Amino acid sequence: MQFAFTEDQLLFRDTVRDLLANECKPEAVRAAWLNPTGRVPGLWDKLVDMGVAALTAPEAAGGMGMNEVDLVLLQEEAGRAALPEVLIEHTAVALPLLAELGESAWLAKAAAGEVIVGVGVGSPYVLYADQADVLLLVHEDEVHAVPAADVTLTAQRSVDYSRRLFSVAWTPSDATLLAKGPAAQQAVVDACDRGALAAAAQCVGIAQTLIEVTVDYVGQREQFGKVVGSYQAVKHHIANALIATEFARPLAYVAAYAVANSTPHRGRDVSLAKAAASDAVDKAARMALQCHGAIGYTFEYDLHLWMKRGWALAASWGDASFHRDRIGRSLGI
Amino acid sequence: MDLTFTEAEESFRHDIRSWLQQHVPAKSLRSMDTADGFEQHRGWEKELHADRWSVVSWPEKYGGRDCTLIEWLIFEEEYYRSGAPGRVSANGVTLLGPTIFGFGTEEQKDRFLPKMASGDEIWAQGWSEPNAGSDLAGLKTKAVRDGDHFVVNGQKTWCSRGAFADWIFCIFRTDPEAQRHKGLTYFLVPADTPGMERNPVGRLDGEPGFAELFFEDASVHESMILGGEGQGWNVAMATASSERGLNLRSPGRFMAPAERAVELFQRMSEARDERVGGVDPTLRDQIIRNWMNAQAYRWFTFSTATRLMGGGHMGPEASLMKVFWSEMDVEIHATALRLAGAQGELMGDAPDAVDDGTWMDGYQFALSGPIYAGTNEIQRNIIAERVLGLPR
Ligand SMILES: Cc1cc2nc3c(=O)[nH]c(=O)nc-3n(C[C@H](O)[C@H](O)[C@H](O)COP(=O)(O)OP(=O)(O)OC[C@H]3O[C@@H](n4cnc5c(N)ncnc54)[C@H](O)[C@@H]3O)c2cc1C
Repeated sequence: MQFAFTEDQLLFRDTVRDLLANECKPEAVRAAWLNPTGRVPGLWDKLVDMGVAALTAPEAAGGMGMNEVDLVLLQEEAGRAALPEVLIEHTAVALPLLAELGESAWLAKAAAGEVIVGVGVGSPYVLYADQADVLLLVHEDEVHAVPAADVTLTAQRSVDYSRRLFSVAWTPSDATLLAKGPAAQQAVVDACDRGALAAAAQCVGIAQTLIEVTVDYVGQREQFGKVVGSYQAVKHHIANALIATEFARPLAYVAAYAVANSTPHRGRDVSLAKAAASDAVDKAARMALQCHGAIGYTFEYDLHLWMKRGWALAASWGDASFHRDRIGRSLGI
Repeated sequence: MDLTFTEAEESFRHDIRSWLQQHVPAKSLRSMDTADGFEQHRGWEKELHADRWSVVSWPEKYGGRDCTLIEWLIFEEEYYRSGAPGRVSANGVTLLGPTIFGFGTEEQKDRFLPKMASGDEIWAQGWSEPNAGSDLAGLKTKAVRDGDHFVVNGQKTWCSRGAFADWIFCIFRTDPEAQRHKGLTYFLVPADTPGMERNPVGRLDGEPGFAELFFEDASVHESMILGGEGQGWNVAMATASSERGLNLRSPGRFMAPAERAVELFQRMSEARDERVGGVDPTLRDQIIRNWMNAQAYRWFTFSTATRLMGGGHMGPEASLMKVFWSEMDVEIHATALRLAGAQGELMGDAPDAVDDGTWMDGYQFALSGPIYAGTNEIQRNIIAERVLGLPR
């Protein structure tokens, strides 16, 4: 047993953290909320250049050939920065799904950073579908790769304005069929697990930031002649959020290991991670707002950028009760 | 003990219910935190007032119906059940109004109450300052006497609806020498006071539901003092008791969404949409808990109302109510959002939004409940110290 990341994995995380600290500051996220794409201009290309975007594509397809254990720390960083990107859909879900189904044309282009693959599994809505070149969509026991030109999109506005969600109308055809039957169904289950895992890691990252910015704030804000962080009621709120987050984090890492190694219990491990992370980020969001007071309740202050992303991701890829139910079923109850 | 309603109470319920059935707008009004939504809501206040439904518990001469507290609670239940618009006049009729009844001169009552009741004058509360939130008595905005006027300098913030309101009730420091709580005075300030600027501030949902107020040598006449110079803290605490307890947040306001959430649960269970997934049966328990809490709040309130009608006073137990309603409200909306699943994050204009996005809107507003009207941390301190008598 050795539950730790390698030096290389940690270094890669630090590199991504530095990049996001410069390129994905709250101002940039805020700007993305109101711009036409919902994303930070130019940032995806940098993530492509660094090898993050195609981290999970096999080396044969031009990717980095890395796995979920390498990716999980980067998803956490994405959450910390509230990165508005396709790192869950494209990187964590689409590339492995294409590889698993033996698709190679789109995979090669995606691995080269030439196209963005949208994902319509695990959710009724496709994030950034308007910017995807191709969409992976499910119809009964079939998985299809549908070119963007062949779908009709309806925007579904999210409380997190950077999340450009769309419902997708499309017609299955032989031309778009990638796989069908039990293999396709298993691939969809695996895809949902990868999505839930990535979302869990992002939730942990968001919760972490919510805690950090709150600690900063209550260490400065004074009322009754003392910093409010000196009041026990405030301390306990933050401590509770920290406990929830610190116990969600290892579950995300375990789930990453389980998925990367295709262990028999990987589905349950993912559900443990997502249920705990969804609850942790909800708790952290409520705590953070409460400890900030009214300043946190404004649009101008940055807190809501993380809070709203947290609400959205906590409910996406299966919320806490969905995943708890799945754990229950795996326990035979 | 008699837990049935009298015939008069039942017939009152019937009257307001039928009035609402005929008058509640079919299409919901725009947010009262926008300029045009504010005016739409003012229009609704006028409609209520025209049939004397805007301030039922006030005396007839001010536009009310002389209702008992119990009748007022019945009014509130029916009002929120009907899905009627939110009350843009709430800061006036539920907070300042009762304070004017308690501390105002006859002249002030005649001058302010009728227009408050009619929606002609909508009020906002200007108490908090950038450095005086929980520590309200730490406020610094000064009002210095100059003949029969006071000259005001300083800044207020988080003034709800302050961007559009006609009048603002404020607390200023009139005696910088006196102890913190002693040198304060309660003022009624017209929004067009020269020397006062207001700057709209977006709330969590981005709409300008807050305003900052900047006073630069603003002049306010001494007749605008409520309750006497230097009495500001006492007067403010009367308002705060209204804010925490039953006036601002009656049970009807929470029974309605708790019941709507039950209905949502039924709807979501029946209409299992394969794309969205099934309804989680464990949410049933939480839906029931929320509904139970609304009932508990209702009965606590009826017992409090009975006590007040018998001459009792609202004490620090208002803090129990404030914690209870604000946390219940968050849970009601959080549970409904869980029911909505992946659709929970959708805004009202999204085609797939559940109930036009009202649960997300309601959730965002509910989240502020544990902050405004004195944070729940402060309320719990009050409960521990003043209700339970624990040492400070
Ligand atoms: C939606 C909304 C509407 C509002 N409307 C109005 C309005 O119309 N008019 C108006 O004047 N104000 C209004 N307010 C302001 C409100 O009164 C303040 O937000 C509130 O008093 C808290 O002050 P603060 O925000 O400065 O937080 P702070 O006082 O800075 O508190 C920050 C945190 O520290 C905690 N804390 C502070 N002191 C203690 C202590 N002694 N012990 C334990 N914990 C402590 C608080 O509980 C909170 O968690 C509104 C606020 C909101 C959110």
